[in-house]
Amino acid sequence: MAEINSYTINFGPQHPAAHGVLRLILEMEGEVIQRADPHVGLLHRATEKLAESKPFNQTIPYMDRLDYVSMMCNEHAYVMALEKMLGIDVPIRAQYIRVMFDEVTRILNHLMQLGSHALDVGAMTVFFYAFREREALMDAYEAVSGARMHAAYYRVGGVYRDLPGRMSQHEESKWHNRKDVERLNRNRQGSLLDFLEDFTEYFPSRVDEYETLLTNNRIWKQRLVDIGIVTPERALQLGFTGPMLRGSGVEWDVRKKQPYEVYDRLDFDIPVGSNGDCYDRYLVRIEEMRQSNNIIKQCIEWLRNNPGPVMVDEHKVTPPKREEMKGDMESLIHHFKLFTEGYTVPAGEIYSAIEHPKGEFGIYMVSDGANKPYRLKIRAPGFAHLSALDEMTRGHMLADVVAVIGTQDIVFGEIDR
Amino acid sequence: MSDKTEQLAQQLEQRLASYNVVVSTAFEEVTVQVPADTIIDVCTILRDEPALAFEQLMDVCGVDYLEHAQPLDSEKRYAVVYHLLSLSKNQRLRVKAFVDSEFPVIASVIDVWASTNWFEREAFDLFGIVFEGHPDLRRILTDYGFVGHPFRKDFPLTGNVEMRYDEEKKRVIYEPVSIEPRITVPRTVREDHRYVDTNEEGGA
Repeated sequence: MAEINSYTINFGPQHPAAHGVLRLILEMEGEVIQRADPHVGLLHRATEKLAESKPFNQTIPYMDRLDYVSMMCNEHAYVMALEKMLGIDVPIRAQYIRVMFDEVTRILNHLMQLGSHALDVGAMTVFFYAFREREALMDAYEAVSGARMHAAYYRVGGVYRDLPGRMSQHEESKWHNRKDVERLNRNRQGSLLDFLEDFTEYFPSRVDEYETLLTNNRIWKQRLVDIGIVTPERALQLGFTGPMLRGSGVEWDVRKKQPYEVYDRLDFDIPVGSNGDCYDRYLVRIEEMRQSNNIIKQCIEWLRNNPGPVMVDEHKVTPPKREEMKGDMESLIHHFKLFTEGYTVPAGEIYSAIEHPKGEFGIYMVSDGANKPYRLKIRAPGFAHLSALDEMTRGHMLADVVAVIGTQDIVFGEIDR
Repeated sequence: MSDKTEQLAQQLEQRLASYNVVVSTAFEEVTVQVPADTIIDVCTILRDEPALAFEQLMDVCGVDYLEHAQPLDSEKRYAVVYHLLSLSKNQRLRVKAFVDSEFPVIASVIDVWASTNWFEREAFDLFGIVFEGHPDLRRILTDYGFVGHPFRKDFPLTGNVEMRYDEEKKRVIYEPVSIEPRITVPRTVREDHRYVDTNEEGGA
């Protein structure tokens, strides 16, 4: 019988390590990968085309559903593009709130990445630990927007509402007795800021916990060190951004280099790797979580001492107050126009980029002066990263594909759009 | 910031004078409109010239100008838009090339920036713009066997076909769409004075 060494295998789209709906066609030589051809688009919802048929504000919830593990950051890029075109200056308090929630989102995203990456590679515990912390942050999401994930909290001109003064409480039920409920409600007695401050107090020790489990773990290192090495030159050529680029040792962070909102007033560092392998990218993400935690602390401090408006007082783009509407004709008209027609944006085009947890998330918008975008293009970081999967896995073993997918932090909501 | 965009615009005008480019600035961003047949030459200069040094290609996308409210200065319907980033100079640039309406063709910049690979496949898939010299120009986001280019303005939002599982034939079948297209909020262009001021401010 002839011995067959090279064959083609199909990986996904239903595979626990495919992070959603990735279909990979792998050309193998024994257990070594010769070529990896990702087939994407199984989650394509034509968000960009849908946006062309809707007033600007109605597209904000679609942004949440792009990268569905870092919701508010997507919204941020979108509303920033509109604000630039309309020439709106966002109130400083709203800017701090946005930055704080961007960093909450970054931690949410990195926890998800860390947990699922470890799970893919075979360490189950980290996943549970990471999701324990995610729970607290999602409660913060819920407190400001009413939704745990798809927040639609950032609006053109600010954020939808100010931070709440109290947190929702757990109640006694079949699953939680009084003692449980007391324990669960202990850090929820004050405002949202108190709740988040409590989080920032204990979170660094939780990161230490993950590090105890992984950083010097022999299996973790064997699976990650020297896997999927990308040189800085190649990383630039391949359009890498975010932790993928910094893991290769390129010090580039939009928050530092082209600061938006109040990032230039905050004190934080950009971690960079040296080898450009999966392990370095893991270390970069761990350090980014610590830095984000510090940024949140600084924002809490500022937000406590500086009350103020969180939405611009420009009723062409933001709804007027309910009370004003009852007595003031002009407010009533503004309200009616805003919710039936929306607002028109001056003709032109803009590219607004933010440092999304995964890399550079950009919104390119063409407006022809109408109340809907003429063309909206979403520059998703994962799209460029996944296109490099072939180059990163070539010559590696089959099991390493899973490690590389994990390190790329693939989420199909943003890749397929 | 605006000094920097001004400076970049001047630099580009000088360096690319022989290529018949149009440099414009708006919202503190610089756009270079280049003739489609010079795209590779211009992009190579933009990447290699030390004073420009656009090491990274961030994004490539197609735009269909069929229904644009403002009359265009170009007869050509499609545009390919490149977004570049220079890490060393810390600046961004938009390169725009209009392509023919009948057979939209432009040279692929894959030899200049490898990251263009999937972005060009996407523009091909969604707009039908052909990138000459691309090694693997397949559809990327739409279904296997999809007909048409869905992001063109004359492609209906609801699509042309819908899919369901047929109990009798025991397989998935395609049928013409049954949904009525509807417009909940009509498209309105307001040309009153409200936005004139902000427009000038942003454009300055």
